[in-house]
Amino acid sequence: MGLFFAQLLTGLANAGALFMVASGLSLIFGVTRIVNFAHGSFYMLGAYVGYTLMQVLPGVVGFWGAVLLAGIIVGLIGVIVEICVLRPVYSAPELFQLVATFGVILVIQDLTLMIWGAEDLLGPRAPGLKGIVRIMDEPVPQYDLALIAITPFVAFALWYLITKTRVGILVRAATQDREMVGALGVNQSWLFTGVFFLGCALAGLGGAVQLPKGGADLLMDFNILTSVFVVVVIGGMGSLPGAYLAAVIISVLNVFGVSYMPKSTLVLMFLVMVVVLMFRPFGLFGREEVAGEHGQVGEPERPIKPAGLKIRLLVAAALVLLGLIPVMGSNFAVVLVTDILIFCLFAASLQFMLGMGGLVSFGHAAFFGGGAYVAALFVTYAHTPMELALILAPLGAGLAAVLIGWVCLRSTGVYFAMLTLAFAQLLWSLVFQWGDITGGDDGLVNIWPSAWASSNMVFFYLTLVICAGGILLLRHAAHSPFGYALRAARDSSRQAEAMGINTKRIQWVAFAFAGAMAGVAGGLFVFSKGSVFPNELEIARSFDALIVVFLGGVKTLSGGWVGGASFEATKDYLTRFEYWRLALGLLIIAVVILAPEGIVGSLRKLGERTGILNNAEDKR
Amino acid sequence: MQRKTFLKSLIGAALLASTAPAAFAQEGEPIKIGEINHYKRMAAFAEPYKKGIELALEEINAEGGVLGRPLEFIFRDDQGDPGEAIKIAEELMTRDGAVMLTGSILSNVGLAISSVAGEKKWVYLAAEPLADAVTWSAGNAYTFRLRTSTYMQAAMLAEAAAKTDAVKYATIAPNYAYGKDAVAAFKEVLTKLKPDVEFVAEQWPALFKIDSGAEVQALERAKPDAIYNVTFGTDLAKFVRDGNTRGLFDGRTVYGLLSGEPEYLEPLGGEAPEGWVVTGYPWYDFTEADGANKVFVDAYQAKWNETPKIGSLVGYMAAESIAAAITKAGSTETEAIRAAFEGLPVETPVGQITYREIDNQATMGAFVGKTALKDGAGVMVDWTYLDGADYLPSDEEVKKLRPAD
Repeated sequence: MGLFFAQLLTGLANAGALFMVASGLSLIFGVTRIVNFAHGSFYMLGAYVGYTLMQVLPGVVGFWGAVLLAGIIVGLIGVIVEICVLRPVYSAPELFQLVATFGVILVIQDLTLMIWGAEDLLGPRAPGLKGIVRIMDEPVPQYDLALIAITPFVAFALWYLITKTRVGILVRAATQDREMVGALGVNQSWLFTGVFFLGCALAGLGGAVQLPKGGADLLMDFNILTSVFVVVVIGGMGSLPGAYLAAVIISVLNVFGVSYMPKSTLVLMFLVMVVVLMFRPFGLFGREEVAGEHGQVGEPERPIKPAGLKIRLLVAAALVLLGLIPVMGSNFAVVLVTDILIFCLFAASLQFMLGMGGLVSFGHAAFFGGGAYVAALFVTYAHTPMELALILAPLGAGLAAVLIGWVCLRSTGVYFAMLTLAFAQLLWSLVFQWGDITGGDDGLVNIWPSAWASSNMVFFYLTLVICAGGILLLRHAAHSPFGYALRAARDSSRQAEAMGINTKRIQWVAFAFAGAMAGVAGGLFVFSKGSVFPNELEIARSFDALIVVFLGGVKTLSGGWVGGASFEATKDYLTRFEYWRLALGLLIIAVVILAPEGIVGSLRKLGERTGILNNAEDKR
Repeated sequence: MQRKTFLKSLIGAALLASTAPAAFAQEGEPIKIGEINHYKRMAAFAEPYKKGIELALEEINAEGGVLGRPLEFIFRDDQGDPGEAIKIAEELMTRDGAVMLTGSILSNVGLAISSVAGEKKWVYLAAEPLADAVTWSAGNAYTFRLRTSTYMQAAMLAEAAAKTDAVKYATIAPNYAYGKDAVAAFKEVLTKLKPDVEFVAEQWPALFKIDSGAEVQALERAKPDAIYNVTFGTDLAKFVRDGNTRGLFDGRTVYGLLSGEPEYLEPLGGEAPEGWVVTGYPWYDFTEADGANKVFVDAYQAKWNETPKIGSLVGYMAAESIAAAITKAGSTETEAIRAAFEGLPVETPVGQITYREIDNQATMGAFVGKTALKDGAGVMVDWTYLDGADYLPSDEEVKKLRPAD
């Protein structure tokens, strides 16, 4: 009984920092609709700033002063980010801002490394709270008790701010209907900036307050990000009590998981999330998202049309040029372009789902990595030849997409995105954990193409044919009746239903189709690399694809592969330099600000303005 | 000048001009080695490693280089991504003119490079990766490994553990391949040496996401006599802090794999655990009696003005091994280098090591000792250097573990 109680206390103490970070993310999302990927970075900054301050400020007052100051400083950094990076892109298509926050992550990572160095910093202990208290004969650290006491206080202060003050009223109003708030004469920009300050300050506070339980290191930004997203989604986006309850549930369950199912550490959180969202598609305290904004933000979207003659000729010429690479270019150029082509197909498959279907997936790597693993497993255990494995890869990935899609499509919007993330993570941990079959993180090695395709050049042509074909097929599908129905379901599911379109089924098919195409890319990937590791199923891989789709232009047909090609080529070039993450991050932010419609969208506009391309309107 | 002789000399000059640069290039052009690592993702480990390499290069080239040519490393960042590492390997070998590859800290990246090296017939020296698979289950003729493997280090600790009275053991290891290998090897060797041991708890925190309070409570609940720890980095720091606070380590011996390495011990500062039996690198204790060890540590501190880590030593030894292999090969052809690595003896700071012919594993050993606090910092005391050759399974077992070349 004593142990049980002590474990409960450990869970409650762990919930503290998690709640602070999560509530910040929740607030920011609620008001600005920005999915802030950089939230983990602000948490990391909080830890580093807090650490530095604690070295300077002495004693008990110094310690708690440092925690508070760290929150404020990080909040101010958040304000800078908001004003410089996010404000210019509020009118961009929905979720586009997450690309900008991804750039911010890279910049903060390199700056932190520059300022504080590479070595992990062990957090100082809280003065006066270094010992333990015996409760029912079990040792409980004093600082844990302090955290348990502080967290409800922070939660209460937030609750008061949100429910009882004028600022809170505005914040709540903006969460429900931000256009109306703007129409009523509230200065939205400053409201957004203020909320961003508060959210980032909370993240910084979370980072500083956990110092005595851990420290500051360069991996903590990504390490907390997934748990925070999970907490926010379980609690319901935008709901503070929800975030608190979810943080407690996750932390307490985790403590018992550690004791009674020690191997569950990787999956438990995601299982809880899947279960909760199955029964409450909008989280515990979340409300159904109001049926979209009043119309779309930004410019109205143009109807897609088949490519004109000029574009077709251009693409044909580009394909011929690509085909000449083995003849003209070096061996490495062949390998590099093979890599890029595979990534382009992966990105294009996500683009189809995201752009045409409006289905934002945070877990598309499940199908890329899934396809890769299907091929690798067949080769390793059944000695399947490459040709057959390349066909089985999309079948396997497509089948996985059918199953995952069936569950995920019960939710919509950000909840849908988080469910896909959860499933990708479940698949990842299955592969990671099931070492006897999948090799765990030692992966599956020695999976090489058949003899006829083993030279880099032949494999390049194989990849070129399959990837270009795949991308054209996706494009073709967008122009087919199926593509029209999919877009109808995206733009107005009610009207589409009224016209007799089974929107859920159409989306389900699109999800499976995109998954299968990602599987094709995954199959090719295995044979080009000769090995596969769980990295291909990681969240980072899903994010890569997501970023390039937005960078390329989500509302265009070709954004996926154009973004993929430019991003991969740039990255290949930049990683040769010392501070490449800083450079890449700044570049991403610059593209986001200068080309809010993505590369393709902005180029098209430029082309029309200069008269190289005909405007769609003129043709009618 | 007669016309004939003029023509002759002209032709001669032209010939000379056309051949000279080629010969010249052979003479003075550096021998390039491709080094792929996670310089950003694992900066705390990769930086000392790189500095070790640079120190060795400086020394090698001051003495005239290798085969009369300077030795040069091309350092490339792979972001800790196996796919990326393979692409870079291709570029280094086919475009940049590297004669062989080395690098990687993470085992999965090491295995990825090893796989492509075996397929494309490039020599790869896996300097840092610890996974047993690198030289055993996924081994190939072109991959060699320098560092003391997981199995060897675990076997050293198991041997120390077998000498005590402790019977009930609990283990805590990060939930991924390295952690699992480390626990399996420790269990295997300890059970062989002392059949009555019992493993009462196994904890598997997620890598770098440890919930240390809960892990400590779970370990305490099992009431073990001794604990075997494989966690490292931030996980270790949190585990040690919570374990100290809650008194988990009182009256128990803890065996810590790698816990004595400066990379992990230094960040703990004054909170470093006392009395743990660990593998590590006690560079601060070296005296003249330790010979080459001391020389290396002094040279490193003189050049970089900072203290060495275990990564510094590994980087230094990797460059030394490569220089020795190319010298022995007498050429920069892949097959010659590969053949030279087989059975290659290398003089290093820790003594002579040999790249075994049977599995391409080097016999580098490890320092095993007890942790203690000295001037508010964790150190290793009562340490000895154990030769890696004594902690490998028998040749028959190794042959079974390794696929036929």
